[in-house]
Amino acid sequence: MSKDIRIKKGLNINLVGAAEHTISKAVLSNVYALNLNDFHGITPKMLLKEGAEVKAGEALFYNKNNEDMHFVSPVSGELIEIERGARRRILTLKILADKEQTYVDHGSFDFGKASSTEIKAFLLKGGCWPFIKQRPYDIVANPDATPKAIFVSGYATAPLAADPDFALQGKEQELQAALTALGKLTPGKVHVSIGKSSNSVLAGLSGIEVHKVSGPHPAGLVGTQINKIDPINKGEVVWTVSPQDLVIMGELLLTGKFNAERIVALAGSSVKAPKYYKTKIGTEIATFLYASGVNGENFRVINGDVLTGAKSSQDGYLGFYNNTVTAIPEGDDYELFGWNKPIFNKVSSTRALTFSWLQPKKKYDLTTNTNGEHRAFVVTGQYEAVFPMDIFPMQLLKACMVKDLDEMEQLGLYEVAPEDFSLTEFICISKQPHQQIIREGLDLLYQEIG
Amino acid sequence: MHELKMKYQGKKMAPAFNAFHTFLYSPNDTTHAGGTHVKGADDLKRTMNTVIMALVPILLFSMFNAGYQHFSAINGFPENFSVMEHFLTWDNFWIGIVKVLPLVVISYGIGLVVEFIFAVIKGHEVEEGYLVTGMLVPLIVPVDTPLWMLAVAVVFGVVIGKEVFGGTGMNILNPALTIRAFLFFAYPTWMSGDKVWVHGAVDLAGGPDAISGETVLGFLAQNKEFQYSVSDMFFGFIPGSVGETSAFLCLLGGLFLIFSKIASWRIMVSAVIGSLVMGLIFNQVVDLGWIGETSKFYGLMSFDFWKHLIVGGLAFGIVYMATDPVTGAQTNRGKWIYGFLIGFISVMIRVFNPAYPEGVFLAILLMNVFAPTIDHYVVRGNVNRRMKRLKNAVILPKDSDSKAEELKAETV
Repeated sequence: MSKDIRIKKGLNINLVGAAEHTISKAVLSNVYALNLNDFHGITPKMLLKEGAEVKAGEALFYNKNNEDMHFVSPVSGELIEIERGARRRILTLKILADKEQTYVDHGSFDFGKASSTEIKAFLLKGGCWPFIKQRPYDIVANPDATPKAIFVSGYATAPLAADPDFALQGKEQELQAALTALGKLTPGKVHVSIGKSSNSVLAGLSGIEVHKVSGPHPAGLVGTQINKIDPINKGEVVWTVSPQDLVIMGELLLTGKFNAERIVALAGSSVKAPKYYKTKIGTEIATFLYASGVNGENFRVINGDVLTGAKSSQDGYLGFYNNTVTAIPEGDDYELFGWNKPIFNKVSSTRALTFSWLQPKKKYDLTTNTNGEHRAFVVTGQYEAVFPMDIFPMQLLKACMVKDLDEMEQLGLYEVAPEDFSLTEFICISKQPHQQIIREGLDLLYQEIG
Repeated sequence: MHELKMKYQGKKMAPAFNAFHTFLYSPNDTTHAGGTHVKGADDLKRTMNTVIMALVPILLFSMFNAGYQHFSAINGFPENFSVMEHFLTWDNFWIGIVKVLPLVVISYGIGLVVEFIFAVIKGHEVEEGYLVTGMLVPLIVPVDTPLWMLAVAVVFGVVIGKEVFGGTGMNILNPALTIRAFLFFAYPTWMSGDKVWVHGAVDLAGGPDAISGETVLGFLAQNKEFQYSVSDMFFGFIPGSVGETSAFLCLLGGLFLIFSKIASWRIMVSAVIGSLVMGLIFNQVVDLGWIGETSKFYGLMSFDFWKHLIVGGLAFGIVYMATDPVTGAQTNRGKWIYGFLIGFISVMIRVFNPAYPEGVFLAILLMNVFAPTIDHYVVRGNVNRRMKRLKNAVILPKDSDSKAEELKAETV
């Protein structure tokens, strides 16, 4: 029996520059990079030295707290640079790709008969483990734990995010393999959500519980869905995987090879011809960004969507978890009397001389301007209007700011990830950095209790 | 302007200068890495500005009314009242300019000076909270309040009511009401009674041309008859604090604030319900004959319950004061309770307070103090729900747990 989810609270942010449903093959990148900031909370230990030859799927480094957890190279080539930051922290690893790609072959693996320990060991060794994230704390899952359930969101509501229905076409086999294997890791269910009227390939798979989701953003965020299906309590663990990562995981299980290929949506108003590209994790974004053409010079490239993505440079690399790259204009200019004149060209959740409520379908061309300065929390009741979880958002944020561990626990910090606060951050009149506050709160809680 | 901003960056006077700069231009700040890359159109200035826009009609009305009440008290009320002929006249407006406008100037001038001083000392930006407070203050004081009194009260209100708690967003009491309460308790002989509500009444008192400036509530508290009709009271052609008289404009302002989603409709609706309930209870007491006409409470208790909303400062208080998001309840359920109690207690204080028949500002200040308590219990409700769920939590053992037990068994 599937349980459908309908969200009423929320806000859809419609932006100009949605990716057109055509897939082009991106030019092969010379250099591929792994940004270690993508793996929050992992202390890396290098396995290879600079200059070493690697195959695609060969381990580059492991997690200091768990030697079995390998992080692998997306391509074969030469490890040309280990970029380090303050206190010799490793920031990025760069690999110069070979012309002929060679893969590490982990051999065939009968995951249908394997035990959960064997599956875990295979995923850890094969480099697919980091795709599994856990809540609480929103970090790479601890393989030692047993989750009460696993959640996959096959429905994207974030502005300009890649459409999973489109990007997953023809990947039934891989998805089924990955979901079957994951199903063995939990005594609970594997919950998969799809859009209400979607033709997603996920709907036809077996061994999972399908939920049909409808409503405005953040209906597509996995955190919202967990909260509505089976909320997390203190002490419980759930795992989440995004569907495009299931494809890579499935291919590893079926063929024994780590194939970093991924369909990426290039979107945003600074892109002339936004569409989908077939490329690999860690590729130079420039390999497909300029193929589509850009408007102007002064724009920002974002690894991910505009609400949760990471700022990248124009010569940056595709992140480990990202299937969307967005480019929008920078808004670093002043606006005369910007605070009191009527606004027609920006999105707002109020009607204070802002008119986005008149045309809910209109598409906007937003810039990165903050539209105001940072202030203390003043207005109340606005976050609640776009926050569908049974949690008091402002009280939880304040608990994180004052580092009150008891309050944080009691108000439900275990249930949330920073991305769940992206919409409240967007509408925040006081321009507070909600996601950062939640991230710091989660890190503190993990440090003290986790 | 932009170059000056850069020049002052990092210096002590930077907050003061930035305040002027952002008044003209919305800043060129861009979203930083690690947050959302786009942000909504509203900022705090826009929010505050919307409230001020809702107050401007009231300020204009009050300037005309100041003159209207002044001349009517001297010459008697016109018999065939017409808005154009008797109300919207230049003479009336001139009284408004000389009496009401200075209150506004003093309130903003003194208040903003205090804000700037604190911003420079503490090195934070000048926050916009005072933009609304500065507008509210002149509207809730009597028209003949001496300017020096107002100045002293504003300094007290901003420093003690707001800055000592850390500035905008941190205060417990509504600063505008703190200022009003300071005036009331520091200068009680001046601030109450029947003289201060109409311009000129104080100066002419005791002389042969003495005029009365009694408010409707004042008449009622003394069990006296008054000559104002219901429409006078609703539209605001009555004496009272500068901007509180017109329930009609408060209603329009309230609807605008609800429509623009700036103020909480929950607080407004529940406060109206609260005051009606209390009014009905008092009406019932009179109907049942529990108190006689000789009782000193008779006048106010027998006053029709719904009329409480159109006299005195109740409508103004509900729309503009109770809905202050910082000092009010912050949870949606808390807002219902908070608003209801404000309406309920306002009418109660009105009836039972012998010295001064107006209870709105005291009721709101009282509920400001209790708002965190109300919120606390609402939030506890959420926490308790989560705790209840915890009983059914599926906490699965870690793989290493079983290994540890095996090891333990071996060593034994």
